[in-house]
Amino acid sequence: MMRLPGFRYRAPRTIGEAAAWLAENPANTMLLAGGTDLLPNMKRRQQTPSTVVALRGITSLSEIHNGDGLAIGSGVTLSHLIGDARVRQSYPGLWQAAAQVATPHLRNMGTVGGNLCLDTRCTYYDQNYEWRKSIDFCMKRDGKICWVATSSPKCLAVSSTDTAPMLQALGATVTLVSIRGERIVPVAELFANDGMRYLTRQPDEIVTSIRVPAATGWRSAYWKLRRRGAFDFPVAAAAVAARFDGARVVDLRIVLGAVSSRPLSADRAAALLTGQDLSDELIESAAVAAAGIAKPMDNTDFELVWRKKMVRSLVSHALHEIRGDDMRARRHQLARQELLIPASASAAR
Amino acid sequence: MKPTRVIGQPRRRVDGRAKVTGQTRFADDIILPRMVHCRLLRSTQPHARIVTVDTGKAAQVDGVHLVLTGESFPISYGILPVSHDEHALCRDKVRFVGDPVAAVIARDEMTADLAVNLIDVTYEPLRTFASPADSLEHDEPRIHDYGDHGNVHKAVALQFGDVDAALGAADHVFDDVFHFEGNTHLPIEQHAAIALKDPDGKLVIYSSTQTPHYLHRALAKALAMPAAHIRVIATPNGGGFGGKSDPFNHEIVVAKAALLLDRPVKICLNREEVFYCHRGRHPVTMRFRTGITTDGKITGLDLETLLDGGSYGSYGVASTFYTGALQTVTYDIPRYRFRGCRVFTNKPPCGPKRGHGTPQSRFGQEVQLDKIAEHLKRDPAELRLGMIAPAETLTANYLRVGTIGLAECIRTVVDRSNWSEKFRKLPLGRGVGLACSSYLSGAGLPINWNDLPHSGVQLKLDRSGGVTVFCGATEIGQGSDDVLVGIVAEVLGIDPFDVRAVTGDTDLTPVDLGSYSSRVTLMMGNAAIQAAERAREILAGPVASKLEIPADRLVFADRRVFDGENPDRGVSFQEAVCIAEARVGTIGTTGSYTPPKSAGHFKGGGVGPSPTYSYTAAVVEVDVDAETGWISVPRVWIAHDIGRSLNPTLVRGQVEGSVYMGLGEALMEEQAFRRLPPRLSSALVHKFPSMLEYKSPTSLDMPEIFTDLIEHPDPRGPFGAKEVGQGPLLPIMPAVANAVYDAVGVRVDEIPVTPEKILRALQARAAGKPARFGPASFPEIAWPAPLLVTPPQEGGDGRASNEPERRSRRKADAGIEATAGVRPSTPLRAGPSIVEGRS
Repeated sequence: MMRLPGFRYRAPRTIGEAAAWLAENPANTMLLAGGTDLLPNMKRRQQTPSTVVALRGITSLSEIHNGDGLAIGSGVTLSHLIGDARVRQSYPGLWQAAAQVATPHLRNMGTVGGNLCLDTRCTYYDQNYEWRKSIDFCMKRDGKICWVATSSPKCLAVSSTDTAPMLQALGATVTLVSIRGERIVPVAELFANDGMRYLTRQPDEIVTSIRVPAATGWRSAYWKLRRRGAFDFPVAAAAVAARFDGARVVDLRIVLGAVSSRPLSADRAAALLTGQDLSDELIESAAVAAAGIAKPMDNTDFELVWRKKMVRSLVSHALHEIRGDDMRARRHQLARQELLIPASASAAR
Repeated sequence: MKPTRVIGQPRRRVDGRAKVTGQTRFADDIILPRMVHCRLLRSTQPHARIVTVDTGKAAQVDGVHLVLTGESFPISYGILPVSHDEHALCRDKVRFVGDPVAAVIARDEMTADLAVNLIDVTYEPLRTFASPADSLEHDEPRIHDYGDHGNVHKAVALQFGDVDAALGAADHVFDDVFHFEGNTHLPIEQHAAIALKDPDGKLVIYSSTQTPHYLHRALAKALAMPAAHIRVIATPNGGGFGGKSDPFNHEIVVAKAALLLDRPVKICLNREEVFYCHRGRHPVTMRFRTGITTDGKITGLDLETLLDGGSYGSYGVASTFYTGALQTVTYDIPRYRFRGCRVFTNKPPCGPKRGHGTPQSRFGQEVQLDKIAEHLKRDPAELRLGMIAPAETLTANYLRVGTIGLAECIRTVVDRSNWSEKFRKLPLGRGVGLACSSYLSGAGLPINWNDLPHSGVQLKLDRSGGVTVFCGATEIGQGSDDVLVGIVAEVLGIDPFDVRAVTGDTDLTPVDLGSYSSRVTLMMGNAAIQAAERAREILAGPVASKLEIPADRLVFADRRVFDGENPDRGVSFQEAVCIAEARVGTIGTTGSYTPPKSAGHFKGGGVGPSPTYSYTAAVVEVDVDAETGWISVPRVWIAHDIGRSLNPTLVRGQVEGSVYMGLGEALMEEQAFRRLPPRLSSALVHKFPSMLEYKSPTSLDMPEIFTDLIEHPDPRGPFGAKEVGQGPLLPIMPAVANAVYDAVGVRVDEIPVTPEKILRALQARAAGKPARFGPASFPEIAWPAPLLVTPPQEGGDGRASNEPERRSRRKADAGIEATAGVRPSTPLRAGPSIVEGRS
């Protein structure tokens, strides 16, 4: 089997201890928060930190607190998240996103923080060392060129997190802690549109928690495109969150996943709907507008032209779902599972 | 049918307990004292001359015991006598990214891995051949210095009767081109092997191989050792599907290393390496020209196939013939021309995957029949019912078919699926499709042509009352141990739990050719019946005289041997063994099986014959989104003509597993490759050698499956059994494509049927173009003149009228002349006519 390279392993018990370890050599240290992404990447020598700081021993990171919204510890596993009744009831879109990450086994290990900071993906990059050597590597690791678009000055690896687009649509913020202090940034500002430097997190910072604002009056939905009913990362996704006044949309955000190096906010599409009733025609024009900003490349499963076309469908399905349409049959076709919106959420209509 | 106690009863398989409790010892589970580990350095170049291999640094690494290169492996080997084109480690050139170049044996895997990366190889790149079109167009540089010419490995042409006249006489001639993309086996267990010297100094190798006998032969040849000094033990395979039926380079490397080091040497491939071993489904482009009468009879078929063979021969010559062998076994095709061509490319070698060469052309034929039915305004089920090949005859290409349960299979799935209420009647986006198939119950000819039995079984009975059965057959998950035990228990009237099976060990067990070609149940089964019946006879005499009744009144059942006319009079099975042992001494018997001689005596006639054939029909229901092409399969109905199911639990498992694998091929699986812009790179890599990105269905993607077993015992099979391991896979892919047409009215003439392809066909239709996605044409190929064989119905004798003098057996054995499974002619025997008339 493929083996891990050598590295130093640190197991702090507090955030302060973790921040201190991280500050020693931030450029060559990585955080382990589940390991379902990092460890295979290390086996393939995509990431070779000299030190790994494991966050698992910091119990405060594995908690979910309520109050004004929810504060989700970055070490909360995806299984824990989708088992939480508050998430199911108030943030159905987040529940749908987390419930569609990988497989039950991987969700038992993978965490919210890990999924948020997931490495960007590319079929030229997510390969073992020998394979990458056969193409003389790529700019994201060990090479010079982006094979996806050979004239591109930047890496085009794809943001493949399911939770980030939904958290961004929900207006969530993340808390970043370092020995220098603490700062809070909107999820939207955690990401940069660059496959290599896709996080604005400084190398010495730890994402400790994710705050989701109160859901009163909000509905949300997440639609994911992947070939199979399990395992696969998204190759396109639509996260929609909206606040209604009766049938009228007061506030609405659409964020696209997996069609760029970061979650893409479809503001113009959202603006078409704000202040309006969600008619079929408006939904369609918003879906078209949202698909217009998607920039899928030939570095995931499925053909890029088709993926772009699918963005329109995903956005449309998500909007229909938050309008309250019965989308169960569609869901089942696309997701191969029910992913039922909890009854209380649809009842809010 | 004689009543049976074991056969036909659904039972827990004999190896089930060990499997579900994790006690089965797979190759990688074997850990031996002083064991060291091997890693292979694989080529990063698709096609290159090896200039230098510098192992100096690797050899210096602490913990490294041995570094090997191609220099240590001067002797070539390969599964077919006609293509011994592999060396355990490449010597002069590499032929694909993944070809092994050097090996490191070290104290642990990590050290071996570290050292392997310190080996410096200098390559001189050669032109890369990425597609069959490339290989047809450019003869130089040659990937191999053997083969028909240039980069054409093999081109064959056979003609049975005047096909052009048959097409000319037809009311309609349908001319369709199809493509079937390559895909791989994806066994859950990666290949693993561990070799050692036994205390005597002889070589022992444990390996996850489907074919210990062929590995035995390859090791003897490649290591220049007497076969008698080599013991091959096939460990239970965690899935094979044809991917573990070649002798592999890693097996030969660890064997050599164990001999040199006198320590156990182990290798377990990682998943990438399994994709490089490959030997999977050939990508095939094919053209079917079929003549048909207005009343739906086929007058003749002209089939051309082009196979992308990848970088080595493997089973490829046989695969090529198989793309054209079984059409006639399914449907009545009185005249037939088949031309097949396999080319070399710089990709992992293709070979046999479940269905071996036949699923590709089965796809083409079944989709074309759907088009024919549409054109003739006939129901596709009814059309097929009118053209099924007649049972118990010789086909135009000299295959002797046995019982045929296909009509009942078709009627069953039509009935169960409520076909008549669904076909062309469901709303837009929902559809049903039907397809059929047939498959061999074991290849009629062995790979290495000889007169020896194909399967041997030995029995040991002793005073414990237990029975041990020995056979070279290999348990690859299909249940061969269970079949063996079940048959012996049935014949001797004991419980399967009283029987111990020892299998797949060349020291202990008589030869069985291996777990491939769906041959084990039929061949091993018949050998087991013979051995068990002989044992019963040995017991019967002494027991009968003790009971003072004629031996033919004895019944063996319920662990007793008793008087059938007075069941209270009898002895326990254990007593029976003791009585017999006291009388005749130690009790052991043997049984063996050799398939009947095949009827064709032309070059190529050795591929296709089988003692009997299985038949399957399937209806697949699909849901297609007409806007995006997104496709789901909610339900599959399948009926399989099994002859007789020995253990229905296993049979149903094989049918459902076939549906699973078939849907993977139909909808998503692709052994795809990546080229980089040619001006920047000559790289040619497997696009995604991983279980994440090589898409194979999950349990959530599986439909509801309704399985029916059609049981009309075939006298050629043990208790009437035919095969089930491969046939039920075949109709799934064309049935999916046909269902898509029913759902949204477009043809996807290419496997896999993906949403993108469906959408392109929908867009083509919207643009006023043909409502189809698929290859536009079949490439121009300079075919050899066909061998002309008159069909049996037209008075032929199974020989080609224009075949040159066939080569002698001696020469064939010495060189690379003989075609797999093809009888290199000793002078053809005169004998009774093998031609049967057709009613």
